[in-house]
Amino acid sequence: MTTASIPTDKLLSRDAIAKRLAADLQPDWVVNLGIGMPTLTTKYVTPEQDIIFHSENGIIGMGPPPAPEDEDDDLRDAGKNFTTLIPGAALVHHADSFALARGGRLDCAVLGAFQVAANGDLANWRLPQDPTGNIGGAMDIATGANEVFAMMTHATKNGESKLAETLSYPVTALACVTKVFTDMAVISVTEKGYRLDETAPGISAEMVQAFTDAPLQIADTLCDIAA
Amino acid sequence: MKNKKAPDIEAALDVVKDGDLIFFGGFGTGGVPISLIQGLTKKGLKDLTIVSNNAGAGHNTIASLLDTGAVKKVICTFPYSRGSVVFNDLYHSGKIELELVPQGTLAERMRNAGSGLGGFLTPTALGTEIADGKPLIEVDGKTYVLEKPLHADIALIKADKVDPRGNLTYRLAARNFNPVMAMAAKYTIAQVTDEVALGEIDPAVVVTPGVYVDCYVIDKGGLVE
Repeated sequence: MTTASIPTDKLLSRDAIAKRLAADLQPDWVVNLGIGMPTLTTKYVTPEQDIIFHSENGIIGMGPPPAPEDEDDDLRDAGKNFTTLIPGAALVHHADSFALARGGRLDCAVLGAFQVAANGDLANWRLPQDPTGNIGGAMDIATGANEVFAMMTHATKNGESKLAETLSYPVTALACVTKVFTDMAVISVTEKGYRLDETAPGISAEMVQAFTDAPLQIADTLCDIAA
Repeated sequence: MKNKKAPDIEAALDVVKDGDLIFFGGFGTGGVPISLIQGLTKKGLKDLTIVSNNAGAGHNTIASLLDTGAVKKVICTFPYSRGSVVFNDLYHSGKIELELVPQGTLAERMRNAGSGLGGFLTPTALGTEIADGKPLIEVDGKTYVLEKPLHADIALIKADKVDPRGNLTYRLAARNFNPVMAMAAKYTIAQVTDEVALGEIDPAVVVTPGVYVDCYVIDKGGLVE
């Protein structure tokens, strides 16, 4: 917990976080996007990146949302929104879709998070006070993906950090998160814990630390997140 | 050749009985056997265990079945969704049991059951409360969770085309859980959009071979959710 107030006027928008994250997706990667904020990533990948988006319901090669006249009830994404197929897409059933995810073929998963720990543990399925929650494909995908990018606001509306030393929320998958993209910063998860790589323009490293409940190493190359 | 074609939804559901464990295919609106679920709701059964990705929304399909009190247990991956009010009320008042399963584990438990296997080792859910009480097994230095096969009495699935042997194809992402559910049930009932003559489906594009299909019914079923 911190006494500082959130610098709301400096925080990145959801779209700005998505744009920054999209720049880290390597050409030809197979990428799974979690529901909610991660789906914004599709707006910011370039044709040159040629990312193959995987959707847990058996789509390998998911395209952008359709025009209203092309919406098809048999073609929705993990969040149940209408989607499309790119040229050269492939369709599989659920067991094969998750075989792909666990089998090492997912280069990256972009997932929302309630909380991340300094060793990369991820919590995103159940709030501590709730009797149950939604798992969906998150446990399999977070476990299987080679890289897990957590995408979230840095703190809750009450100013509580979502970047903890250890999880206080129920675990989704252990030691899986490799990088965290928030409205304040880009932070890598290293063997020595969090490393602050980039900050939102106008937000200092000290401010990021004030809203992070674990020590931050500072990257030698620390810089502003490019607009 | 065995006649697998039922004249209507009611006849197709004739074998379903109290206490059955029933798979419902579909994900979102794709591949949901809506007419079969509606027909099942009308039967007035009790003590059912149902398996589906979600736990219903609004008052349609699965939610309407839950609303009749026919279901004692739901096995699913994602129970809370916009409009899952019927499930919420039943669960929070203790009238329905929930088994929460990771989605990939759920699909693999079905494939495992349909493949004659006795379980599988997955890294999924290791270190989470979902693994509580399940054996952990180390293989070559890596720890896995033992998950068991999930068999069903009945699978209600939705497909696009069927031939008289029950061979099935699916449209787009309507495939989802349907093929593995067909594998893992003692009796699989398919709601299909179109029937074609024997030999009209290229054998190389059949997704669910007819050996897994016990009964089919032609129904263009309107989408509801």
